[in-house]
This record gives sequence, structure tokens and C-alpha cells, in this order.
Amino acid sequence: MRIINLQPTRGANYFIAIVPFVLLLFIYIVFSDARLAENPDDKLLPSMTSISAAIDRMAFEPSRRTGDVLLWSDTAASLQRLAIGMTISAFLGLVVGVCNGLVPWFSAFWSPFVRVISMIPPLAVLPILFIVFGLGELSKYVLIILGTAPFIMRDMEQRVRELPKEQLIKAQTLDASTWQIVVRVVLPQVTPRLLDAVRLSLGAAWLFLIAAEAIASTEGLGYRIFLVRRYLAMDVIIPYVIWITFLAYLMDLALRRINVLLFPWFGTKR
Amino acid sequence: MSLIAIKNVWKSYDEKTVLENLNFTIERNEFVTIVGASGCGKTTFLRMILGEEGPSRGNIEIDGEKLIAEPGKDRGVVFQRYSVFPHLTVLQNVLLGLEFASAKILCHSTGSTRKQQIQRCEEMLDRVGLLSSADEYPDALSGGMQQRLALSQALVVEPKILLLDEPFGALDPGIRSDMQALVKELHRELGLTVLMVTHDISEGFSLGTRVLVFDKTRMDPHEPDLFGSNITYDILVGSGQKEQQLAMNM
Repeated sequence: MRIINLQPTRGANYFIAIVPFVLLLFIYIVFSDARLAENPDDKLLPSMTSISAAIDRMAFEPSRRTGDVLLWSDTAASLQRLAIGMTISAFLGLVVGVCNGLVPWFSAFWSPFVRVISMIPPLAVLPILFIVFGLGELSKYVLIILGTAPFIMRDMEQRVRELPKEQLIKAQTLDASTWQIVVRVVLPQVTPRLLDAVRLSLGAAWLFLIAAEAIASTEGLGYRIFLVRRYLAMDVIIPYVIWITFLAYLMDLALRRINVLLFPWFGTKR
Repeated sequence: MSLIAIKNVWKSYDEKTVLENLNFTIERNEFVTIVGASGCGKTTFLRMILGEEGPSRGNIEIDGEKLIAEPGKDRGVVFQRYSVFPHLTVLQNVLLGLEFASAKILCHSTGSTRKQQIQRCEEMLDRVGLLSSADEYPDALSGGMQQRLALSQALVVEPKILLLDEPFGALDPGIRSDMQALVKELHRELGLTVLMVTHDISEGFSLGTRVLVFDKTRMDPHEPDLFGSNITYDILVGSGQKEQQLAMNM
């Protein structure tokens, strides 16, 4: 039988999916043990016990200096920045994208501009943002928005243009105004695609968030990682990275689920 | 006064002339089928009646009023595909046109208005045999059922003219004949004026009360795009003689 026709069963699927993770953990433990056997003070690959001690310290004990439990206060700070930045991005992306996709005059004015802006590498203008908006929260929001909104705008414009022309004509033969077409025909059909676009830009948003936090911040997941880097504290960095990955995965999963729940007609279109 | 008057209508794209000097009228309650080879301009003609594009020269008048190049509520349409909204259920699809009329700002009707509208839609769905699927999404329907839905969606707002652009082209033969029967019935019962484009000549004759054949009357072999199509046959179905003449010529 050809290999393209061999399907793993459901149970086997789950099992196979776990294997790479277990393998990675195993390889880590082997190498960590080997290094620690040679030098018990090695900081590069800390043992499981020192990692779990670090997790205990960061996630369950209040910090001696601030009284906060650091992992949670960092998480709250980072998620707040991400949520505010992405919400504004999604809103801008939807409004500009729908107008660009639907109104020729609007698009003649904005589309070329958006296309050029989307080519600016956001990290290259980070210094400008810090100078203009200061080192506070605002510059972090602006970096996330600058990094993700143009992509969402362009994606939404494309999605609106992809709607069959027949649908827009049909709506007009039913005497729909432009406003009614937007509300009843366009928005309902591009909203699930907006959630998809947001989901796909989350990776970029995390990148910009951590970059901004690394450079100028006093709390946040990215700030913490770059702070403890000075002490080679891999026992803190590794759990933080795993935690960030987990959060990103959860967001991705949640957005997918929301799409399936809210837009039952959408699943069959993909 | 005729319902539709076509006056000296030309249509060309850049160097290519598609239609030239069309002059004719269409009366109320006619079922006009437009047949012709592919590329003869029959769909272009329908698109001009629809208002999707305007003529290059000349005028199209509906009830004596000059048509602007924009679709409107007096002309309902069913395309070969994509005529229904995939994000709305069957009932919501039919309801949409009524909601557009009654809820200009909110876009959703409410209360007793909505109840009456739903009742009207259900009658329409019952008429085309879709009432039992009222809560399904279009993707769950077969091609024939989707076209029934598109028909009821267009008819519920009572347009003056129903435009059909190869509406049965993508359907299986058995379903196609069911649909043809349905359209014929609806035309008779509701007193509709129908314009249908088809490439199937026998369909044109079995459905239409009048058949228009589009073809080029002049041909320059060195420049095939120079001349456009015109009406080569204008046949009232049932008048006998001309049909035979056409059959012999084709």
C-alpha cells in the first residue's frame, strides 16, 4: 500500500503526537544530567529539581521585593498589553479592510498607503515609538498595532474582495443600501475570517510584545526573561518560555473554537 | 407602454464590439429566452438589463424610465451559482429582502412586522417545496434546492422582472426538468415577466413564450471583433412557421 494511504487510528494519533514532546524532554534530561555530573554548578541545563524549585519561587511565592507573585503579575501585564493591542488592531483591520474592499474611492485613497505601511519592519521604528510615545504602555500598544494591523487590514480587504460579485448584486436587487450590505452581507461573512487573521497575527504580536518588554519595561513575561538572562537563570527562562508557548497555544485554540461555535456555516467553507 | 424598451443599444469593450444596435421591446408577462453561441453577448445583454454595467451607446428604459447602471429592486436575479447567502439559513435568506425594505438602519426586523414577514416567507418556501429545510444552511442543500431558494429569495420582494442567467446550467438533467416546470408554473401563476439566458435551445423553446437568438449578422474574417451580435431571430413560440425555419437553419 502507498504511504499516502496509510492512516493512523485515533488512539495511535494521540500517542504519536505526544512522542516528540517526550523525546525532547528525555534528551534534555540526559544532557542536563551529563553536564551536571561534570560540574554541579552548571547553569546552562538546570536539573528538573532546580527548574521546579524556580517554578515554585516564581509562581507560588510572593516576591520579597515587591510582594507580588511574579509569574502572575508578569502574565497579567503581558496579556493586558496583548489584549489591548490586538483588540485595537482587529477593530482597525476590520473597519479599514471592509471599507477598502467595498468602496472604490476609499480604496483608491487608502490601499496603496496601507500596502506601504505594512512593509515597514515594526522593530526598526521601535526607537521612534519610544521617543515619540515614551517608555510607558502606549509605545508597546503602538508597536503591537503597527506590527499586526496593516496585515489584518490587507487580509480583510482581500476577504471582502473574494466575496462572489453575485452576492453583492443579489443584495442590490433586494434593494439593500450600502450600509445594509455591510451589516447583513459583508460583516457576517468576514468576521470569522477576522478571527482567523487575528489568530495568525498572534505570533507576530507576541514577538513585538516581548521585544518591547525586553527593551523598556518593569514587568511582563518578556521583561522577566531578559532580566534573569543576566544571571544565566535558565531555570527561570525555560519555564517562562514553556508558559508563553502554552498561553499562545490556548489563545489559538480558543479563537478556533469561537469560530466553530459562532459561525456554524463557516466550517464547511474551508 | 412596453415594460422594457431597448433603444439603439451598443456595447463594446475597448476594440471589441459585443452587441450592436439592438432595438426591441419586451411586454409584461412575456417569458423571453435568449439563446446563442457562447460569446454572442447574451449574458452581456442580461447584465445590462440587470444594471451591472451600462450600454456603451443607446438607452434601456423600464416603464419609460431610463435605466442607470446599478442593480435595483425592480429586477430580481438568479445566477448559475452564488445566488444565495451561505451565512444565512434558508428562511433567513428569503427574509433578507423583506428586512432590507422594513429595517433601513437596524437591518433586522422585529416584533409583529417580523412575524408577518416570516409568514410570507414560509408561504413562498412552501410554494417552491423548501419549507421543511427552512432552518438549514445553503451548503447542506443540493444544487437544485439552492436554486429553488434563490428563486424564492428573488420573488418574495415581487420584482417587475425576473432575470435568470443560465440558472439550471449546473444541475443534473432530472432536477433541471423539475426546475423548468417550477419556473414555468411560477411565471403563469404570478404573472411574471421573465428574461432567461440559456445556451440550451430546446430549453429556450420549451420555457419561453418568445425566443431571441443572438448572433453576428456581419462578419469580417480579418477582424472578427469588429462587428457585434444582433438579434437574428425573434420568435413568438407557438406561431409555428418561424420555428421550423429556425430549426432548418441551425
